[in-house]
Amino acid sequence: METNGFLHVEDLILHFRTAAGTVQAVDGVNFQLGRGRTLVIIGESGSGKSSLAKAILRLLPRNVQTYRGKVILNGQDVMPLSEERFRREVRWTKMALVPQAAQNSLNPVLRIEDQVSEPLITHGRVSSKEAAMDKVRQAFRLVGLPVDFLTRYPFELSGGMRQRTAIAMALVTEPDLVLLDEPTSALDVLTQANLMNVLKRIKKEFGTTFVLITHDIATASDLADDVAVMYAGQIVERSSADRFYREPLHPYSKKLMASVPALKQDKQLEFIPGRPPSLINPPKGCRFADRCPARFARCAEDPPPATVDGRQVKCWLYH
Amino acid sequence: MNWMRTNLKLLTSYPSALAGLVVILALVIMAVYAMVSMPLSEAINLWRAGEGIWQDTPRNAAPAWLNVFRREKLPVTQVYDTTQMPGSKTVESLGGGLKEIRVVFPVEYAYDGFPQEISVFTTAQFEQARPNLTMYWLTPDGREIPLGNETLRASESFRLSQDTRLSRRLRNQPAEIGLFADPGAPSPTVLKGTYQFVAEGIVFEDAADIDVKLVVYGQLHGLAGTDHRRRDIMVALLWGTPIALAMGFVAAVGATVSTMLIAAVGAWYGGWVDELIQRITEVHLILPILPILIMVGTLYNRSLVVIMGLFVLLSVFSGGIKTYRALFLQIKEAPYIEGARSYSASNMRIVFRYMVPRVLPVLIPQFVTLIPSFVFLEATLAVLGLGDPLLPTWGKVLWEAETNGALFNGHYYWVLAPSVLLLVTGLGFSMLGFTLDRVFNPRLRGL
Amino acid sequence: MSDNSVLLRVEDLHTWFELRRFGFFRIGHVRAVDGVNCVLGRGEAVAVVGESGCGKSTLARTILGLYTPTKGRIVFDGKVLDTKDDKAMQAYRAQVGYVQQDPFGALPPFMDVRRILDEPLVINGVKDPKERDARIRQALEDVRLTPVDDFLGKFPHQLSGGQQQRLVIARAIILKPKLIVADEPVSMLDASVRVEILQLLRRLQEAYGISIIYITHDLSTVRFFSERIFVMYGAKIIEQAKTRDLLDNPQHPYTRALLNAIPDPDPDNAHRFREVPGGEPPSLMNPPSGCRFHPRCPAIIRGKCDAQIPPDLELEPAHKVACWLYADNVQRESA
Ligand SMILES: Nc1ncnc2c1ncn2[C@@H]1O[C@H](COP(=O)(O)OP(=O)(O)OP(=O)(O)O)[C@@H](O)[C@H]1O
Ligand SMILES: Nc1ncnc2c1ncn2[C@@H]1O[C@H](COP(=O)(O)OP(=O)(O)OP(=O)(O)O)[C@@H](O)[C@H]1O
Ligand code: SF4
Ligand code: SF4
Ligand SMILES: [Mg+2]
Ligand SMILES: [Mg+2]
Repeated sequence: METNGFLHVEDLILHFRTAAGTVQAVDGVNFQLGRGRTLVIIGESGSGKSSLAKAILRLLPRNVQTYRGKVILNGQDVMPLSEERFRREVRWTKMALVPQAAQNSLNPVLRIEDQVSEPLITHGRVSSKEAAMDKVRQAFRLVGLPVDFLTRYPFELSGGMRQRTAIAMALVTEPDLVLLDEPTSALDVLTQANLMNVLKRIKKEFGTTFVLITHDIATASDLADDVAVMYAGQIVERSSADRFYREPLHPYSKKLMASVPALKQDKQLEFIPGRPPSLINPPKGCRFADRCPARFARCAEDPPPATVDGRQVKCWLYH
Repeated sequence: MNWMRTNLKLLTSYPSALAGLVVILALVIMAVYAMVSMPLSEAINLWRAGEGIWQDTPRNAAPAWLNVFRREKLPVTQVYDTTQMPGSKTVESLGGGLKEIRVVFPVEYAYDGFPQEISVFTTAQFEQARPNLTMYWLTPDGREIPLGNETLRASESFRLSQDTRLSRRLRNQPAEIGLFADPGAPSPTVLKGTYQFVAEGIVFEDAADIDVKLVVYGQLHGLAGTDHRRRDIMVALLWGTPIALAMGFVAAVGATVSTMLIAAVGAWYGGWVDELIQRITEVHLILPILPILIMVGTLYNRSLVVIMGLFVLLSVFSGGIKTYRALFLQIKEAPYIEGARSYSASNMRIVFRYMVPRVLPVLIPQFVTLIPSFVFLEATLAVLGLGDPLLPTWGKVLWEAETNGALFNGHYYWVLAPSVLLLVTGLGFSMLGFTLDRVFNPRLRGL
Repeated sequence: MSDNSVLLRVEDLHTWFELRRFGFFRIGHVRAVDGVNCVLGRGEAVAVVGESGCGKSTLARTILGLYTPTKGRIVFDGKVLDTKDDKAMQAYRAQVGYVQQDPFGALPPFMDVRRILDEPLVINGVKDPKERDARIRQALEDVRLTPVDDFLGKFPHQLSGGQQQRLVIARAIILKPKLIVADEPVSMLDASVRVEILQLLRRLQEAYGISIIYITHDLSTVRFFSERIFVMYGAKIIEQAKTRDLLDNPQHPYTRALLNAIPDPDPDNAHRFREVPGGEPPSLMNPPSGCRFHPRCPAIIRGKCDAQIPPDLELEPAHKVACWLYADNVQRESA
């Protein structure tokens, strides 16, 4: 993993206030990502993946309790920026997000072209409507959608097409970094494969940096250069994809990989008994300890990340 | 239901809900008190104010507790009655069937204001010969003022305040002032002390008897004052509570439950049933309800049951159906309904056991907020003169206050008390209802 | 398959939905199931795979008796299903359990575990409360929601996704069915619990000799779960074979594309593009003429595939495929 990366996230914390207590959805996340690379963040439902994406893009709900840490983009810490400057200079222009279930988040009463061109116009990136439409058409071709769909309404498009539209919307301002939150999980196998091809092509041709958030480990392998495994609000393992898929280190990653069925090979499938801890008052020590087969005495303390051949593992076994 | 219990616990953490609950509890206590202390028939009877029922109360008197805030204390009504005070009447036989009856009432008077009126009521028992009664008034400073000499019929009332001869005797002051005024003072001032009312009667038969009642009407009365017909407003305020609560409750139950059930049936069965319900609702939405009610009220019947029943009937097909229908259409598609069908749950079971419980979280808060709106509706109709002819309700008090120009004449208490009760009821139920909504439908909880 | 070993026979099944505008004008039909033939053995687990919208759930619901077939018939345990006979349908439904996709949605949120399991028993005439209690406990044991007493009073929202799905399965088996229809039972669950649920279903199937129809769009799980696979495309079954046979030796161009599109977790995936047919799934209102896959098929035989509906061809015993490519190799299967 490159150390002088393009995106640094340091000690990022995002806690929510709820009636039941403080939800520590993102609790001290660190990673770096090199330009042009793709980081896949893998984690189970509720592990805080979407919250992490929101924290990076500062798209916060109203009930935020704590929000701090560093997000350094291309050498600039964007956290101290005012909301106004952040919106003008960073969000959409430098980083864009394709939110979870984006295919359902399109405005049903606006034509596709108006929606896709909106980020361009609101950010004053284009001089004329015509120039905006040029860019939109370009983005549409990029994601493999016929340009004549631009004048249609969202309901006239299939789920896969809408998802591609959402991606086109994120790409239209030519951001350096695109975060994709579960872009394929609601889609069919064929559509999903198509979309992954599209993303691969964009990555190859334009060198866009992606952060891909997913719970689908198999599909993630289509795009991943680096992998981060998230568990209960924290990243428990960071590694290059090559090594992660061949030999995961963290006990949770191992178990997770063992639960993924493979089509082309016979393997004994396992599941992880128990359930992840509540993010309200999570355990003090290792958050996976309850379910970990390798647990030992030290696990009652919070494990600091250990570095093993350039991979970070948050587990006492590697100390 | 467990989740309801947890939700109710949650409810108590909202001050507005607690306040609402306290108000409702107070109203319920008031209602129970009213019903325990006085049967409805008695309340109706009192409110109808038949002959002699409100003999002992002043007209348009303000509430008695006002004295607490006044430096010059105003009198409350004092009643002296031989049937209640056995020692006040002495009978002396004069022989030959002749009897002398002597009544003495010591009237303690320590107020700064004069009474509103003074009246004497007598009842006499005799066969043939009418008894004779002589009354006079002894003041603390020793004057004796004759009040009159009368031959009695079975029952008589002497409105001393309207007795012009007496008034002339009292230097042209009406009796309630003249009898209590200090003769030395330049302007009428009360002479405080113990007065005596004396009545001496002669009866001419063995079995004959006289009973005397002296009423020194005050300017203040009870907790709520009285109205133009001497009725204690408290009767209506008290009994108005159970009537308002019961009516609001029953009407709200009728309206919400039937609306919900109709919507549920329409949504579940779909097809023409649903279409029919939809069309009726649409027609109904453009019906002018209030004018219809006024029409029925003036032309047919003004009984509360009829008017309210009609209103509930009319509001069954209200816009609420659309809301519930949308909810039910959504619930109908829930996988658990399909699951229930897969183990053969019947249509009725699905509607009642699987769909209805799902809307309770919406229904209950709506129901609670609906209660005061029906109470207000009754008040509105009453103020428009369409109140129930018999029942004492808050709305009727308001209407009578209004028609008697209560506010022009400064009888603010007459309007204030029922208004405050209406307002408090509305507030209490609304606070509870809105909080219930927040608790049951957490999407509004501001996450 | 001999007649006695057959539990369910689906013959020429059609389920069409009428589309209306303004509630009155018919504007056509969605042919969600359009001529499906298949057979399910006693104690057998089959998987139905296919893209979203190809009619899998409609097939499942028709088999469950939730939809009335437009045409064709379902023979269960030797008896033809009569959807008009309410009594018979109730008896039939009691023998078919249903496991739905969204476990939370499948459970009435206002009922506790006991009530949820009690309902099917009460509705299906188990009168003795003691027996109901015993069966509820047994079902919870079967799906490993133990200790049972801890769970009886819980509400669905107090259970994890995996536990919810186990409760749904408990409800599906409580009437001792001969068949369970599981419509995407794990697609909404986390990877780490999917295997658990599938293994549980498998275990119950073996323990009680229940047949299972496992519907999924995720082919990668079927290897571990089913004996046979039916591949659906455009409201028809286009290929059916033994699991291994189908995965190792797919014949229909669509099946091949589908298998191709599913990634195994492999870091080398990042370096190659996948071959995927373009285009969209067929409209079920106006399905393409001839073979429904022809607009997307890379192997299309022009003039034939787009004109004539391919028949079911039996390549090997128990391996059938509906594709003109194999018409020369095999003679048409007799109906
Ligand atoms: N606005 C919020 N207020 C309170 N809690 C929240 C909020 N948003 C998310 N959470 C909680 O934070 C945790 C992490 O949620 P998040 O959506 O980030 O998970 P995720 O990993 O994206 O899951 P999924 O795979 O289901 O999308 C969850 O427990 C969730 O309930
Ligand atoms: N009740 C209905 N009325 C009208 N059309 C319907 C109905 N149910 C399903 N359809 C249509 O029938 C087709 C098949 O739907 P079905 O739900 O069976 O697909 P599926 O294979 O289960 O898809 P998925 O994988 O998305 O669940 C779809 O085009 C759907 O829109
Ligand atoms: S720290 Fe301990 S409990 Fe946690 S994953 Fe490592 S071995 Fe397991
Ligand atoms: S029948 Fe023709 S179009 Fe259809 S799958 Fe076979 S080759 Fe392709
Ligand atoms: Mg998410
Ligand atoms: Mg389906």
